[in-house]
Amino acid sequence: MQELGMAEQGSIRVSRKDDNVVVIEKDLATEEMLLSMGPQHPSTHGVLKLECMTDGEVVTSAEPYLGYLHRCFEKHCEVVDYPGIVPYTDRMDYLAGMNNEWAYCIAVEKLLDIEIPRRVEFIRVMVSELNRIASHLVAIGTYGIDLGAFTPFLFCFRDREHILNLLEWASGARMLYNYIWIGGVAFDIPADFNKRVKEFVDYFRPKVVELYKLLTENEIFVKRTKGIGIMPADVAINYAWSGPMLRGSGVQWDLRRNDPYSVYPELDFNIPVPDGKFSDIGDCLSRHLVRALEMEESLNIIEQCISKMPGSDGFNPRSSVPKRVRPKAGEVYARAENPRGELGFYIQSDGKSTRPLRCKARSSCFVNLSAMKDLSKGQLIPDLVAIIGSIDIVLGEVDR
Amino acid sequence: MSVSAISQISLPFLMGNNLNAWSDALAGLTISWFPLGLVIIAAIPLVFIALYALTYGVYGERKISAFMQDRLGPMEVGKWGILQTLADILKLLQKEDIVPTSADKFLFVIGPGILFVGSFLAFAVLPFSPAFIGANLNVGLFYAIGIVSLEVVGILAAGWGSNNKWSLYGAVRSVAQIVSYEIPAAIALLCGAMMAGTLDMQQISVQQSGPYGFAHFFLFQSPIAWLPFLIYFIASLAETNRAPFDIPEAESELVAGYFTEYSGMKFAVIFLAEYGSMFMVSAIISIVFLGGWNSPLPNLGSVALYDWTSGPVWGAFWIISKGFFFIFVQMWLRWTLPRLRVDQLMYLCWKVLTPFAFISFVLTAIWEIYVP
Amino acid sequence: MAETEEGKELSPSLQQSASAYAVIREQFADAVSDFDANETMPFFEVIETEKWPDIALFMRDHPRLKFNYMACLSGVDYPAEGKLGIVCNLESLGAFGHRIAVKVKCPRDGGSIPTAAYVWHTANWHEREAYDMFGMQFAGHPDPRRILCPEDWEGFPLRKDYKVQESYHGIKVPY
Repeated sequence: MQELGMAEQGSIRVSRKDDNVVVIEKDLATEEMLLSMGPQHPSTHGVLKLECMTDGEVVTSAEPYLGYLHRCFEKHCEVVDYPGIVPYTDRMDYLAGMNNEWAYCIAVEKLLDIEIPRRVEFIRVMVSELNRIASHLVAIGTYGIDLGAFTPFLFCFRDREHILNLLEWASGARMLYNYIWIGGVAFDIPADFNKRVKEFVDYFRPKVVELYKLLTENEIFVKRTKGIGIMPADVAINYAWSGPMLRGSGVQWDLRRNDPYSVYPELDFNIPVPDGKFSDIGDCLSRHLVRALEMEESLNIIEQCISKMPGSDGFNPRSSVPKRVRPKAGEVYARAENPRGELGFYIQSDGKSTRPLRCKARSSCFVNLSAMKDLSKGQLIPDLVAIIGSIDIVLGEVDR
Repeated sequence: MSVSAISQISLPFLMGNNLNAWSDALAGLTISWFPLGLVIIAAIPLVFIALYALTYGVYGERKISAFMQDRLGPMEVGKWGILQTLADILKLLQKEDIVPTSADKFLFVIGPGILFVGSFLAFAVLPFSPAFIGANLNVGLFYAIGIVSLEVVGILAAGWGSNNKWSLYGAVRSVAQIVSYEIPAAIALLCGAMMAGTLDMQQISVQQSGPYGFAHFFLFQSPIAWLPFLIYFIASLAETNRAPFDIPEAESELVAGYFTEYSGMKFAVIFLAEYGSMFMVSAIISIVFLGGWNSPLPNLGSVALYDWTSGPVWGAFWIISKGFFFIFVQMWLRWTLPRLRVDQLMYLCWKVLTPFAFISFVLTAIWEIYVP
Repeated sequence: MAETEEGKELSPSLQQSASAYAVIREQFADAVSDFDANETMPFFEVIETEKWPDIALFMRDHPRLKFNYMACLSGVDYPAEGKLGIVCNLESLGAFGHRIAVKVKCPRDGGSIPTAAYVWHTANWHEREAYDMFGMQFAGHPDPRRILCPEDWEGFPLRKDYKVQESYHGIKVPY
């Protein structure tokens, strides 16, 4: 065989055989394809770009590109005064507005060193836990849709409507509340609020069971999520995962227990951590299970709040709200347990001005998403969707 | 066998006229040289698909899914939203026909066409009534199984011609799925053909007629018949890309799979093809296992329910109802179950359905040969 | 050592942080500053910035420290001193439970801080954000690019003297 050599280009070899037949040999290697789950995509939960290099259906790398929803929260904080930042915090993780405001107010109240009335604390716990349920309903519903189960999404949203109605009754807004202020809450809860919340709790308990049967125990759903995206506990801690993500990896860590704030020490509730019987510890199903079981615990917390809340005689929700918020010079890092993890605020005050020198929001979703690149190596594309759904990101918080 | 003896006696008794009376009459109708009758024969299933897809298909799906999801569905257009589909069709008709500049124009345009043709051609051998069948082939079942494979070409053309990586993904997945699931589907249907002893669709239906109504249906004629029935039902869900096998259209992963880039009338044609093939597989499973145009009601002594509900028009009613029932079950499954992942889908086909299909084939053969 | 100021009792968590600091001080002596024992955020500063990765590794792995969880890494601008810096909030999660903050500073122009991304993986994105917003370089960072602003954005937005650019790809930027 006479080698022609002229077309020798790596994987292609051309040669001429004795009887003047030209033979072209190509290696059957496939190329990697760049697939961009671009900013507009039904299942990336917002404007997130995932650049995947795929070899067939297998993803060799999935790199998240952020910044499409960056709204300069931290720069705004430097020109707006302390109470004025509360609406901005709402808009970060817009599905859990009450929790965001609360985390920020905890930080500033630490700097101001003020005492919060007991009834205010109970109101804060109640609305935050209601918001936690609403947020988990969205997480579970959209996770179902990502995997093709269309119906649980609508059941979740139907129940979430009730919560949004309650929160609108209390604060005036359905989603972005501006209710939890520094030193108190904006308005007292209406007269029958506790009664209506109790009705909701009783209505919702069987619905949680129904949702569990429809989605979580569904054989196909379990097969799609069990054993996918396993994150060992020590790696999760190194990536600073928190909230349901960390508990899904088997770590008993909940800021309401381990770094308690407000009246949580007086409330009796469990922290669900999967034990590996129904799901593998650290996989997508575990994280989903944590959220599904947490909703019930939140219901328990709300019931205790209703029974333990002090009466409203002579109560002024704004009694401890300072007229002018001017904290002493210093810094604080304070955090709260949001539905998506730990939301922390690092606030630096110079003691003279009514605006923070620096206010950094440590957002749970930003940190949780940073593990995406390593978590997605070697997964199939549908599994990628399952993993993103289990991380439960809200781009408002990722980009701030 | 006693079953065929009864059916021989009851044939003229049920119908009064012969099998295929209407289609034979229409076939002979010509105006000078133009075979008007043949055109009408071809047009009837087409009109049927259009009407059914318009009413039960799209509207029914929206309403059924709405009630399952605790909401109301279309309510604005017409009373209870009945005219909603008409409004949608009118909207789609007047939309701009977009062909992406970098798309392969020929493949892009022809994809939906081939898709629809592939699913519509199988309607030729569906007996809509004892008196009407498009083409009375004596290999009707074989033709129905085979011609559906033409859809695969259409899907590939649509996916590749869109010049969109997501469409390509959807098309490739769909082709793998359809081609794999044809095997258990065909074997399951062959069990039915074994029980009938023929591949002729009209004859299969005739073999299942008798005064005991549903007791003559092949599903109840053999203790193992439920297995090919189940296997064919599941495989047919995969053939028509319905959930839980709707990976090719997986909205949350691939936007809309192989028809992402389609809009306007081409999109409507693809949708019509999907609803058409839904009815086709429902009709095939009704014919092979549930008696086709035969009435399920038995003759109870003097209350001769079977005789009262048989006849050419009654036959059409029965097969359409059975088809609609299976379509309802398909919709029910779609809105309840999540979707299977591609490799789980393939595992289900090759390692679960195919072996069980073979087992049911052997068992049906044993039953047919050795049991008198 | 933790010292009581005017006889005030330090809270238990502050005492824990102080004893953790004592271990670090024992190892690194003058590379770290004195302990600032305030209630809201006890911290110390790393004076020799090149030693920061060693200090980080020591804090993470030492059997009496075990700071395995980096809660937050914030970039800060110190215009009065002409410096940029980072503030790291560390915690020993599930082990000892003590918390401490570490500050590392560098000059404004061309300053660089060694990366902690190989010690705590979470620092990877936090440092990218600090670089994006302030402009300090992180020496040895595996992926030193902007994260929130577009790749071709000019300037570092969170600096106190930041002036927004006039136009970006033909779009007028100033509000």
